[in-house]
Amino acid sequence: MSRVKTALHTPWFWAIVGIALLLLINTIKNPAYLAISVNPTTGMLTGNVLDILRVSAPIIMIALGMTFVIATEGIDLSVGSMMAVGGAVAMETLSALNAPTSVGAMFAAIGLALLLAIALGAVNGILVAVVGLQPFISTLIMMLAARGIARVITDGQNTNATNEPFRQLANGQILGLPTSFVFAIAIVVLIAVLMRRTALGLMIESIGINPRASRLAGIRPRPILIGVYVLSAALAAVGGLFSVSEVMTVSVSGTGNLMELDAILAVVIGGTSLAGGKFSIVGSTVGALLIATLNKTVLFLGIPAAATPAFKALVIIALVLLQSERVRSFAFRRTTSADTPSGPATPAAGESTPVTKEVVA
Amino acid sequence: MTGSRSLAETVPPIADLPESKQPEQVNRLSRLWGRSQSLVPTLAALVLLFGMLIYAEIAYGRVFHAGTMSSLLVGFAPTIILAVGMTIVIVSAGIDLSVGAVVAFSSVAGVMIMNIGVNGWLSMLLMIVFGATFGLIAGVMIQYFNVQPFIATLAMMFLARGLASILSTTPVMAPADSPILLLATDWKIVDGPKVNDFTITPGVIIAVLVVIGGMFFMHRFRMGRTVYAIGGSESSAALMGLPIAKTRVWIYIISGALAGLAAIVYTAEVGGKAQNVTGLGWELDAIAAVVIGGTLLTGGSGYILGSIVGVFVIAALRLIITKDGTINPEYLTIITGAVLLIFVVLQRVLTRRGAS
Repeated sequence: MSRVKTALHTPWFWAIVGIALLLLINTIKNPAYLAISVNPTTGMLTGNVLDILRVSAPIIMIALGMTFVIATEGIDLSVGSMMAVGGAVAMETLSALNAPTSVGAMFAAIGLALLLAIALGAVNGILVAVVGLQPFISTLIMMLAARGIARVITDGQNTNATNEPFRQLANGQILGLPTSFVFAIAIVVLIAVLMRRTALGLMIESIGINPRASRLAGIRPRPILIGVYVLSAALAAVGGLFSVSEVMTVSVSGTGNLMELDAILAVVIGGTSLAGGKFSIVGSTVGALLIATLNKTVLFLGIPAAATPAFKALVIIALVLLQSERVRSFAFRRTTSADTPSGPATPAAGESTPVTKEVVA
Repeated sequence: MTGSRSLAETVPPIADLPESKQPEQVNRLSRLWGRSQSLVPTLAALVLLFGMLIYAEIAYGRVFHAGTMSSLLVGFAPTIILAVGMTIVIVSAGIDLSVGAVVAFSSVAGVMIMNIGVNGWLSMLLMIVFGATFGLIAGVMIQYFNVQPFIATLAMMFLARGLASILSTTPVMAPADSPILLLATDWKIVDGPKVNDFTITPGVIIAVLVVIGGMFFMHRFRMGRTVYAIGGSESSAALMGLPIAKTRVWIYIISGALAGLAAIVYTAEVGGKAQNVTGLGWELDAIAAVVIGGTLLTGGSGYILGSIVGVFVIAALRLIITKDGTINPEYLTIITGAVLLIFVVLQRVLTRRGAS
């Protein structure tokens, strides 16, 4: 009973329910939806679920970076453009080196893409932490500028390149799972260990709760803030690499377009508050999986792609309402009041009064 | 001796004077100074706007030109309307990301209603009602379900854009006799030589009325003052007994309704053509205008007129880019970003100096 209750109060529990529901709808539409088969020509596993995992990799990456930015009470609107920058650098490098099978060329492309993204992320961080601009505005500027930089890198053309090792990032498989998804999960685990096994995660959260108090407690906010924006940009570039390696083409206006909104949604679905001060890495990852499942479901059901946002909106509305205290106390009042008469009521009231931190930027 | 006596005699009155008069003066001055502090960013924006316009006049000419000015006014009337709504929302420490998508939905839905033979004026009213409905849903989600404004209006943005795309993915045209087209009639105010006329459209008049109405709302109405109070400190406003819930919902209804109005003005301006891709990124324009105008995203301070200055800064920037003509299209967004950055940083420097 108590385990069920904690599950109900875990924000990303409903996201998992959502994923299951979407998969169920797809299975009803086509009973063979969940089937996984072996492609006889390539010897690799194919299936809709593996497809979902593959497209979720870039979303997981940007959502992960966004999680820490949001935990510091900031926001990073530039991640979508940063994906385009990462993809553009990689494609330009690969087409310039023109080495279709070289692993070195792949590493050069990845390295250069990460380098530029880190530089741009540092600009974001400096604008926020040193100049003192609002994160919303600094990253909005970077969103415009980075998209332009991606255009300049490729001369406004949608560049493509051939490099087999790089193509394997999204199209290859490790133990039957898409390579990009395996890498994404590895990065998530690595960063989760870094954040939760060291004090770094706590420091990030403390900056989000109260920057002045954390400063007085001996935490220097500047390097951490800059680091958070650099991490977000670098992860976005990795997401961009995953995304372009799928088709080996970068579309300067299409790659990563509006993906910042997907990332923010994934983070919020996962239970990280936009008011800062806490983050959930698992939650953001589950949120990203939900967004990917939703994108694929809408396509699978044959709904025009332009209408996808409407379905996203319905899912978001349903999830945020399920997470809201008012709906919960209405839906679960009877079951909880039986064992703890006044227990849940008091924290609920205490939580609903100090809503003053509901500020976006 | 005389010195000491005169001192003894004169001290009390002197002590009286500064204690009664001077502090009052100082108080008044400091209050005036304090009040002007919130104006500094707006004034800085105004100075920079004139700088940009003068630069454009010197570099390209024909900027302080009635024809140019009136085409800017007509072209940016919808943005002005959106910026007024956005200012109200941001002063209350919220944000409305849905306005661009709401413009798209309202215009597509409104034009389709006109096409099935509903009275033109009634359909225009319905366009405003559609906008207000999106605002109402967002407001209720934010106030009663504790959803953050960013997320609630993001959901409305997705919903409005998706519904507009479900209605039609191809452009729809309003009937040729629709009264909405009357809103784009050119009124010549000053008949200058050649094309140098100062012309405005009813759309511009609507925008000006919205600005005046918005200023009255914010500074002369009880609800407007409550908006500032909510943005300054919500818990203090609640303890003062201000009607937060009602005001918060109305803020988003107003913003949505103004987006519906902007949809009318824009649809009229483009000759009754409505598309599901209209208004992409307009919310960012409106937010940028509000920020340039000196309103803080944290809420509690800011002026509608400042946001209008912000709209003109964006307009001047676009004007310079089009007048220049040699700018490589690939650099367009970089330049927009860079100018926005210079602007915000300059403003920050000016504001800091004013404060210290």
